[in-house]
Amino acid sequence: MSTTNFEPTAEQIKEQKLYTQMGMPDEEFAMVEGILGRLPNWTETGLFSVMWSEHCSYKNSKPVLRKFPTTGPQVLQGPGEGAGIVDIGDDQAVVFKMESHNHPSAIEPYQGAATGVGGILRDVFSMGARPIAMLNSLRFGELKTARGKYLFEEVVAGIAGYGNCIGVPTVGGEIQFDPCYEGNPLVNAMCVGLIDHKDIQKGVAAGIGNTVMYVGAKTGRDGIHGATFSSEELSEDSEESRSAVQVGDPFMEKLLLEACLEVVKSDALVGIQDMGAAGLTSSSAEMASKAGTGVEMNLDLIPQRETGMSAYEMMLSESQERMLLVVKAGREEDIKTIFEKYDLDAVAVGRVTDDKQLRLIHNGVVVADVPADALAEEAPVYHKPSAEPAYFAEFQAIENAEPVIEGFKDTLSALLQAPTIASKEWVYDQYDHQVRTSTVVAPGSDAAVIRVRGTNKGLAMTTDCNSRYIYLDPETGGKIAVAEAARNIVCSGAEPLAITDCLNFGNPEKPEIFWQIEKSADGIAAACTALSAPVIGGNVSLYNERSGEAVYPTPTIGMVGLITDLAHTTTQEVKAAGDVVYAIGETTTEFGGSELQKLLNNGKISGKAPAIDLDVEVARQKAILEAIRAGFVQSAHDVSEGGVAVALAEKTFSAKDLGIDVTLAGSAVTALFSESQSRFILTVKEENAAAFEKIVTDAAKIGVVTADALVKISGDQGMLIEGTVEEFRSSWKGAIPCLLKSEA
Amino acid sequence: MKFAVIVFPGSNCDIDMYHAIKDELGEEVEYVWHTETDLSQFDGVLIPGGFSYGDYLRCGAMANQSNIMAEVKKAAAAGKPVLGVCNGFQILTEAGLLPGALLRNRDLKFMCRTVQLKVENNNTLFTNHYEEGQVINIPIAHGEGNYYCDEETLAKLQANNQIVFTYSGDNPNGSLEDIAGIVNEQGNVLGMMPHPERAVDELVGGADGLELFKSIVKQWRENHVNN
Repeated sequence: MSTTNFEPTAEQIKEQKLYTQMGMPDEEFAMVEGILGRLPNWTETGLFSVMWSEHCSYKNSKPVLRKFPTTGPQVLQGPGEGAGIVDIGDDQAVVFKMESHNHPSAIEPYQGAATGVGGILRDVFSMGARPIAMLNSLRFGELKTARGKYLFEEVVAGIAGYGNCIGVPTVGGEIQFDPCYEGNPLVNAMCVGLIDHKDIQKGVAAGIGNTVMYVGAKTGRDGIHGATFSSEELSEDSEESRSAVQVGDPFMEKLLLEACLEVVKSDALVGIQDMGAAGLTSSSAEMASKAGTGVEMNLDLIPQRETGMSAYEMMLSESQERMLLVVKAGREEDIKTIFEKYDLDAVAVGRVTDDKQLRLIHNGVVVADVPADALAEEAPVYHKPSAEPAYFAEFQAIENAEPVIEGFKDTLSALLQAPTIASKEWVYDQYDHQVRTSTVVAPGSDAAVIRVRGTNKGLAMTTDCNSRYIYLDPETGGKIAVAEAARNIVCSGAEPLAITDCLNFGNPEKPEIFWQIEKSADGIAAACTALSAPVIGGNVSLYNERSGEAVYPTPTIGMVGLITDLAHTTTQEVKAAGDVVYAIGETTTEFGGSELQKLLNNGKISGKAPAIDLDVEVARQKAILEAIRAGFVQSAHDVSEGGVAVALAEKTFSAKDLGIDVTLAGSAVTALFSESQSRFILTVKEENAAAFEKIVTDAAKIGVVTADALVKISGDQGMLIEGTVEEFRSSWKGAIPCLLKSEA
Repeated sequence: MKFAVIVFPGSNCDIDMYHAIKDELGEEVEYVWHTETDLSQFDGVLIPGGFSYGDYLRCGAMANQSNIMAEVKKAAAAGKPVLGVCNGFQILTEAGLLPGALLRNRDLKFMCRTVQLKVENNNTLFTNHYEEGQVINIPIAHGEGNYYCDEETLAKLQANNQIVFTYSGDNPNGSLEDIAGIVNEQGNVLGMMPHPERAVDELVGGADGLELFKSIVKQWRENHVNN
């Protein structure tokens, strides 16, 4: 074992506890010493610290992740590879995954968001799939501070800059605003890809004697210890961690993408994996561990962007746009030829060995020699203490009550201007959502729909998570997040296939936070089981705190559904005057965590989350999908933030010169603004009404689509809200641009 | 009729152009990598949108240095139809095949939406399927589509009827005189920021762009019958 001169010796690392600087606690250092039977040197300590970080090892979240259903007849690849894979028939499959880039985006929003997009793209194309769409789930503060606006504008610009350049359409997602995200925004990027079964690749270093090849961009000193940085709370000092944020090069990624998709067609390829978090370390150790082999690499051969890089720096760099390949011995030239076409490096840097060790050679000496399994699989698993926070019992004890409001119309206008509800056109206008000319439903409806070229099938996709409900009641809120994603998928005419999730929480070492993680996972698991939509992959982002304040628990759900016939594609806006408007689902007085509560209480929420019955949810979604497939449904929209009044108004915004005239039963405030779950607004042609009602038996006729471009909502006692579509639309459309222009 | 779709490193609308020709127009089409040096077997040349060389230098400046551009110039000189869309338009101005330049959008942001275009001149090989003054819906997706040229050039463009498409109603990017697309003096090279290849199928983005490709084929057939 050798160390370079300027690095501390193994003894110094132990005596001065230098490993703590890398985020490694005492007990883990002792474990490493036990595994190796000696003290680790500087490079080896770095390898373990990064591979055993929460970001790479899920050491705090593993017991929770085990709760999720991950199998089903449609699942071809569950969690554990770059991305999950689901069968869509005709020997084709959809590949998708969502991942967070929260901490980098809080420090350097443009590059943080851009490299988040780049990373998730590589996870998908490293499986051999062609990326066909991107979505983003974003959380920010209320757009009231200069810093808040800067983060929002730069994150959007970063997503646009990377996604537009690489030519994958950004077709959907959601954005919510709440003061809890002011110092720690959430940036979750999801990529959806398409693949033929025969092209599916895995990240395995199989075949003793095969060659390990490094392809793509050169390695620099950027992003060193990014995974460790992501596994700590943000503080005022975090700005100084800017060097842990990587810089993206979408043009390089476009070249890498095209080259990799050519390479996967070659029988010379054995395994391929993205160099994501923990770069060379994770890709080499994981590929070896998954194959039950070892990997030996000569670091002198690694393409380097800077001079004098140490083994430690190379192994921990998170430079972007790189992949590690394992190729059949003797076939290296075939691979090189493909990469040369794109002017990319493709260099043989090592070989697959039979001793299960990750062995690194630098300047002619062995600088690290550790068991690959120990890095990839043997991180300690912590069962963190969990404790119900005091607020939960308090909130549960509050009886549901109807808020008192003045002016129903003004309240609707105010809700339409709440940034979470307001039009996101300012955002998606900056995203190329049409490139690849397959976008059947563009951003703005319940879910985006992408056609599968050459077939009559489509893929519906969405992201969802109402974190206010989850904060009030994590288990119920977890169920709602999955159910709402499924509602969006079903309203688009698709059947839910599976989900990916991004579990964004605060510091898991706080028992109250860990309780939120556990309970919301219970809720997600129950809803996934009920809806037959297993979890096929995702990511965990903990320590989302700024100066000790955690964000709301935000386990974002990304869902993909299959449209079996593109004729079933359905959108939210009303289609023709005279169509019957139906409301489906019971409305009760539920305002805990609602947009109205937030509006009336200066951003504060309290009480119970809305209740959800998963049996009712599943039965209703099945009936609605059946009615859509039978051709009876003209438009479909789920009722979510802001309640029925907002849902009705939204249904008129992209319709041409149409209005809506409905009568709602029950107490006015509840009927208009309650956020009861499992509800939908559908429109049906009059001649199909009877047949529709036979399928969706709990549908209630509430009114008609009109030709006068007015929104008219009456109650038991007469007119509640009356206004032109144009006035509501301009409030809704203008809200975000207006907030951005206003003085901080 | 056989089309070439030129592919530079960073082109990303190549697949859309290819499928528009193959699936919707029903003509022959091949991708041609930028290092190739022969376009003689093709009847028309299509330069698709995207971010050639990342647009890290001035848009289109690097692509103009590729081998294939000498062949594109040869095809243009020979009177073959040459269409550059979006980044393709930027490359054609860098190559000097079309006058003027594309600046950053007036609002300094990338924009992606469907806009209305007015057909100013239907007497070209690209527009003979449209009516003069017809308003069509075509998507745009660009950050640098703000057309600019000097007064003398503008006067020439106007005098020769080289302005083929203008933005109707809202001018999205600040282009001079609402210019969305222009042809060269001979009328066989068209550059435009909007994407006709994204509007060839009602299912995705409408079908108003298909007539542009049909126009090219119609003209080519007529020429070849006469020859």
